[in-house]
Amino acid sequence: METSTIASFDDIAEQQLEAIDAALAAVRSHDAPTRVTSHDTWADDHGMNERVKRLRHQSETTQPYLDMERALIETATYLRHEGSVSTPELRGMVLRDYFADKTISIEPGELIVGEKGRGPQAAPTFPELCCHTLADMRNMNDREQVNFRVTDDDLAAQASIVIPYWRARASREKIMRAQTSAWHDAFEAGIFTEFYEQRAGGHTCLGSERGVRAGFDEIRADIQAAIDALDYMADEHAVAKCDELHGMLIALDAVTILAERYAELAERMAAEESDATRAAELAQIAENCRTVAHDRPRTFWQWIQRYWFIHLAITSETNPWDAYTPGRLDQHLIGYYRADVAAGELTRERALELLECLWVKFNNQPAPPKVGVTLKESGTYSDFANINTGGITPEGTDGVNEVSYLILDCMDEMMFIQPNSNVQISRKTPRRFLCRACEVARAGWGQPAFYNTEEIVDELLAAGKSLADARRGGSSGCVETGCWGYEAYPLTGYFNLPKILEITLNDGVDPRTGKLIGLRTGDPRSFATYDELFDAYVRQMKHFIDIKVRGSNINTQICARENPVPFMSLMTEDCIARGEDYNAGGARYNTTYLQGVGIGSITDALASIKYNVYDHARFTMGELLGALASNFAGECDARIRVLASRRTPKYGNDDDYADDIMRAVFACFRDSVTGRPNMRRGEWRIDMLPTTCHIYFGEVTGASPSGRLAGEPVSDGISPEAHADVNGPTAVIKSCAKMDHASTGGTLLNQKFTPSSIAGDRGLDNLADLVRSYFDMGGHHVQFNIVDRETLIDAQRHPEAYRDLIVRVAGFSEKWCNLGRELQDEIINRTEQGF
Amino acid sequence: MAARPLIFNIQRFSTHDGPGIRTTVFFKGCPLRCAWCHNPESQSFSPQLMVDEDRCVSCGMCLAACPQGAIARGADGCVRTDRAYCVACGACVDFCPEDARELAGTPAPLAAELADRLLADRMFFERSGGGVTLSGGECLAQDIDYLEELCRTLHDEGVHVAIDTCGFAPRGHVERLLPYADLWLYDLKALDDEVHRRTTGVSNERILDNLAFLARSGAKIEIRVPVVHPVNDGEEAMCALAAYVTERVGTPRVSLLPYHTTGTGKYRRLGVDPGQEGFRAPSAEHMDRLVKLLAEQGLTDVELGG
Repeated sequence: METSTIASFDDIAEQQLEAIDAALAAVRSHDAPTRVTSHDTWADDHGMNERVKRLRHQSETTQPYLDMERALIETATYLRHEGSVSTPELRGMVLRDYFADKTISIEPGELIVGEKGRGPQAAPTFPELCCHTLADMRNMNDREQVNFRVTDDDLAAQASIVIPYWRARASREKIMRAQTSAWHDAFEAGIFTEFYEQRAGGHTCLGSERGVRAGFDEIRADIQAAIDALDYMADEHAVAKCDELHGMLIALDAVTILAERYAELAERMAAEESDATRAAELAQIAENCRTVAHDRPRTFWQWIQRYWFIHLAITSETNPWDAYTPGRLDQHLIGYYRADVAAGELTRERALELLECLWVKFNNQPAPPKVGVTLKESGTYSDFANINTGGITPEGTDGVNEVSYLILDCMDEMMFIQPNSNVQISRKTPRRFLCRACEVARAGWGQPAFYNTEEIVDELLAAGKSLADARRGGSSGCVETGCWGYEAYPLTGYFNLPKILEITLNDGVDPRTGKLIGLRTGDPRSFATYDELFDAYVRQMKHFIDIKVRGSNINTQICARENPVPFMSLMTEDCIARGEDYNAGGARYNTTYLQGVGIGSITDALASIKYNVYDHARFTMGELLGALASNFAGECDARIRVLASRRTPKYGNDDDYADDIMRAVFACFRDSVTGRPNMRRGEWRIDMLPTTCHIYFGEVTGASPSGRLAGEPVSDGISPEAHADVNGPTAVIKSCAKMDHASTGGTLLNQKFTPSSIAGDRGLDNLADLVRSYFDMGGHHVQFNIVDRETLIDAQRHPEAYRDLIVRVAGFSEKWCNLGRELQDEIINRTEQGF
Repeated sequence: MAARPLIFNIQRFSTHDGPGIRTTVFFKGCPLRCAWCHNPESQSFSPQLMVDEDRCVSCGMCLAACPQGAIARGADGCVRTDRAYCVACGACVDFCPEDARELAGTPAPLAAELADRLLADRMFFERSGGGVTLSGGECLAQDIDYLEELCRTLHDEGVHVAIDTCGFAPRGHVERLLPYADLWLYDLKALDDEVHRRTTGVSNERILDNLAFLARSGAKIEIRVPVVHPVNDGEEAMCALAAYVTERVGTPRVSLLPYHTTGTGKYRRLGVDPGQEGFRAPSAEHMDRLVKLLAEQGLTDVELGG
């Protein structure tokens, strides 16, 4: 009787595994789609030579598509092993089975090989985190913006295999079930978002000595040594550590298996290749893969190939926010570069070509499809790999080298959204490097962004890192500071600072839904002073931070329990030595970030109330509340809106009246978050960055006392609210510098220029000096938008949205809105000629 | 002490009036009436209301705000401002939701206070080798006690001070600023006095005198020439100008600023007749010829504005 029961379970599992095999065959039968483009030739593309142009063209013109291989193989692994092995081992097996079974290919002309999915622009899914519904998948296929091809076979596989297995198992479900109704109310109202809802924590970069240099066999020996050293006589966690370390060994096998598969494929292709040059390249690729499967990389080329396998493993193991990046790529590569050049085995051009091939690889990986609020808070398919150049060495000397300049050339030539690229500027950075970076930025597509090395070091020291570790740090993702290779610093969500004022002004009620979601802090008409109002705001803010932190602490633990990441762990110190997972506090440093959004908007809103209601009695609180409720549509509201939006002090103008309010809100937010325990032996800290969440937060936030209309975006990063700053970039920078950046984990500032306002050598110098000055004042990050003709035309149609736009006119610069129609026309035409 | 000067703009991140990142103060009022002036709001020593008819949507919010009753709605429904009644008090400006109304000219704060405000961008000045530029209008036509105090305060703070002037000022004013000015951005329009009188309203005699005085005193000078066709863009006129400069000043940097039409809309917004018209910018080729010509005369440090 007992035996027959077991046999029948096996039968069921066998049937399911057969069904998975059939589904795999079906989804694999569809070729990668290509996108129809108007200029369907590679020759028009960017890149240093034909090879790069072809690869770039393929990367840019291939239609992103959903790739079901990973989800199906993962399901099979779970069917076979779940319950019989520990979770870390099971997670390692998922990676191993995927890398052993996934489709691999080498594209024509490629020098760096390997894809996360079946080919360029394939997007695997991660049902263990977020199990897409069929409606989600159809929407991905049909929507206007970046869409992913989904075939009927993909849908069938999702319906018959993935959904039945993962629907209730997905972390997203467990996370949602674990939250209180207060959390759900606040989440649905748009007070905050939750990063763990669809993706996993992650968010770190390559950086440890082992991660940068060691051969995989060396790391294997390190892990084995840690297993051998486990103390079963005294350590009550020894068994859990043993499981974690075995998970790491399996995950490491995965990447070795993948590298060897690519070596074999390259060898086969070399044997069949008629072109002798390409055959030699393929043979070299085979040797590279064979070498890095086990040993240290020996050349520049091999280092890049090794990094790429690591990148694939990290981003295939789980779906971590903010992909992964090589950290200080220039410093990691410089030793290989110099040795190879000295040996006559590498030229500058070849090195650039290899970097450009790596850039194509990054661009080939669309961010995994998102749904719902997560799509809105991060409405981009950038996977936030952010490559860092410049800065300083761990010894504190200037980190700029020959490869740094090569990387600037590479980003200049490739013009990719991914990888995002930035430069770190330290006091020791040569002017030549800063100016070259400004020159690339001036081309007008927003890269590189500029980071302040000294501020990053201060931020890391303030968070308790050692000086040497702080110097190894930098910013990844958008602007988030971490100690690369030694720290786990996941983001947990955005926090809507302006919305909380709306709740305060409505005595705890969200006027959009009529629901009581905050505290009863009283009718604002009864507040006799501005301080009473601010106190009420602070109480509401703390209330929601409590809800958010509690919720994320739960999610952190669920993630650690369900989704250990043995591969990311072995790349991050001190997970091997501690025998603990990256997601469970195994790293040397563990920070959890909450990202404040809308500091400009909340400042202007509070400044307007203080100035107009309390200090100058231009209108009453009652009148203001009426105007907000009607979105300034009432008979007398236009006057209130004019007063609130004109001649009222605003953040971004170097005016202490507003900037002091910014400081007060910032300090309250920071002090309410920083230092709370994060369930990974570390602490909470704050970032001030929005991604695209300021759009979503604006959608859910009613009219603001600053004159902002309901639904309009709130301010981004630490930038002023749109059209609030009217005194030019130096005033913006001064306002922003009044924030204590060193007590954050990163801030984001956008600055907008027209190409002509920073034209010529002098313009370049001014841009460089602007960056230097901001960094002297302690700014963390700045990036430039150099606007184009289309924007200017739009600025002409909607001048109210471009009050801060500066244009170069003739012998002087002027604000766009100050120019007459005819002059605007002239500049629009001139700009076109200028391009 | 004379009335405190009027200021019509303080521009931060000003990058074309002297070296580096600067803050430029535009004082209101000028003794010259250059026919091609692109800043007509800088000419009068009194405040002026500027109304942008293109931007006005005739919402009428300004009507009630005007204590003079100078604003009225016409039979066609359009809101108009009667300049005969307007005293440029600026009361309407804050009520305009479209930013169509602007008051050109507000009283300058005390010199020490203004200096303080200008020091706000000191870190940018120091990083970039920039500073403060006093411009106009004509800054030398303002209360000289005020200007001297402002320049001295900035100078004592270590800020680079540039004076952007047309040179038409009492020698005494020039002398009093001389110790504090690091750079003179000196406009030269025409050497031919008849042309100068006809197009600017004044003789160039005093201007040339002051220039020679500054040069003798060892002041650092940059010559700025608005190049206006057909006034002063002839090769002969430019040769004469170059000869004068090399003889009296030496080989300073010369900026050639081609005429542009940015003033057209401003005349309309001020409700002022632009007067003489028919100017245009010389062609790019002609500007290149002039640059070469100056170089032949020994003036090799020539910058083309634009």
